[in-house]
Amino acid sequence: MDNGVIELTFWQVLLGYVFVVLVLFVLRKRAIKRETVLVIATFRMTLQLVAVGYVLTLIIENPHPLITLAVLLLMLAFAVFTVFRKFKEDLTPSLKKVVAIALPAGSLLSLGYFLFVVIRVEPYYNPQYFIPITGMIVGNSMTGITLGIHTLVNRFTDQKDAVIEALHLGATPKGASHEIVNEAFDAAIMPTVNNMLGMGIIFLPGMMTGQILSGVAPTTAILYQIGVMLGILGGVALSTYFFLLMGYRTFFNKDAQLKTTL
Amino acid sequence: MFEIKDVEYKNVLRVKEMEVNEGEIVCIVGESGGGKSTLLRLLNKSLSPTKGTISFRETNLADLDSVSHRRNVVYLNQTPHMFPGTIRDNLLIALRFHEKEDLGDDALMTILRQVRLSKSLDMDVKHLSGGERQRLALGRVLLLDAEVYLMDEPSSSLDDESENLIIEAVVRFAKENNKTLIMVTHSKAQARKHADRIYEIKNGHQAEVD
Repeated sequence: MDNGVIELTFWQVLLGYVFVVLVLFVLRKRAIKRETVLVIATFRMTLQLVAVGYVLTLIIENPHPLITLAVLLLMLAFAVFTVFRKFKEDLTPSLKKVVAIALPAGSLLSLGYFLFVVIRVEPYYNPQYFIPITGMIVGNSMTGITLGIHTLVNRFTDQKDAVIEALHLGATPKGASHEIVNEAFDAAIMPTVNNMLGMGIIFLPGMMTGQILSGVAPTTAILYQIGVMLGILGGVALSTYFFLLMGYRTFFNKDAQLKTTL
Repeated sequence: MFEIKDVEYKNVLRVKEMEVNEGEIVCIVGESGGGKSTLLRLLNKSLSPTKGTISFRETNLADLDSVSHRRNVVYLNQTPHMFPGTIRDNLLIALRFHEKEDLGDDALMTILRQVRLSKSLDMDVKHLSGGERQRLALGRVLLLDAEVYLMDEPSSSLDDESENLIIEAVVRFAKENNKTLIMVTHSKAQARKHADRIYEIKNGHQAEVD
């Protein structure tokens, strides 16, 4: 490339695998039974990234609104199902419905604003911007909602007495869940906020590092990183907020009683 | 005011017929674990009967809005939960749950005197004994100015002398303010002394009062 990027060859990348060999050696020597997982993880990472590289090349070279839309839907569906799989039976059917609405709604709002108002992507479906930014926003919203669910479900279990007492005292389900919802929201956004605190000092974020490595001026890379970080914050906050706003209701029945399945 | 007809709740409680009139003091007696608390929870709509109907002022409880009903008919748990914070926080939280304005310290101190709890409003509730918590919880519901008070052994953690004082304070409060009081108690003597009407629950069934 003309902007001074060192193109990596297959053989150069192969040299990187020496670290896998090193870890395998340590695992074997200390009899830690993780060799199989490490080997599978190495294979999967390699295969998945090579495959996605070819797919992305294909998509970016042949931009089409329907393909962009399909990728977007695929990412959202994958995120929703990842959350379902993580919690298994801890998620009631009604809570699953809430996740399936809140995660796409929050991510899409933030994504739409970021792509069309902040960056002003041309054409609007340009996959070069659309796909990586969707990945970052949806991925982080998924993590945020996961933390929100975790706190919500746990608190409704371990603070059951407080919720019941509040209901006895005449609180609405909303009033009785106020503290729990606040705690869950806090738990969901804190990792993103902490990330923002450490950014640029403790670590250089992946996207920015990637852009700088591929020859983009650090000042441009920084502007993109700031924008993306704000978009992530928006996506995490909106998805979790929508989730909690609808989610706490699923713990109560129509008579404003805490459901006995807890 | 309350009319209960052939009400059942799972295998826990069966009540054939029960009636409570406005302004009455009604005591429910019986062994522990017999379903008395369940009965109070049914009246407060914290539980819904699995069979039969409960009416409140001639309206089926099932048709009433649960939250407004609970604000009208307040239930005091036998082992009330304390919210983290001070005595003041625990008194004010009930008003906030009712979407009412906060009261000043003077009004809160008056309530504490009424339930014979001489502690500072700034004291953390984690330093209170079981009996003190129970009295604070009692003060918390008295603040709410409801029409009906359902009290589940409001003095179970107290010694005999305090128990008499607290029960008398509650009964006086109900009479002076024309409130309806439905109180679960293990003591038939207390019930006979104060109640206009006594019901007995034995092994989950309504029994004749002896």
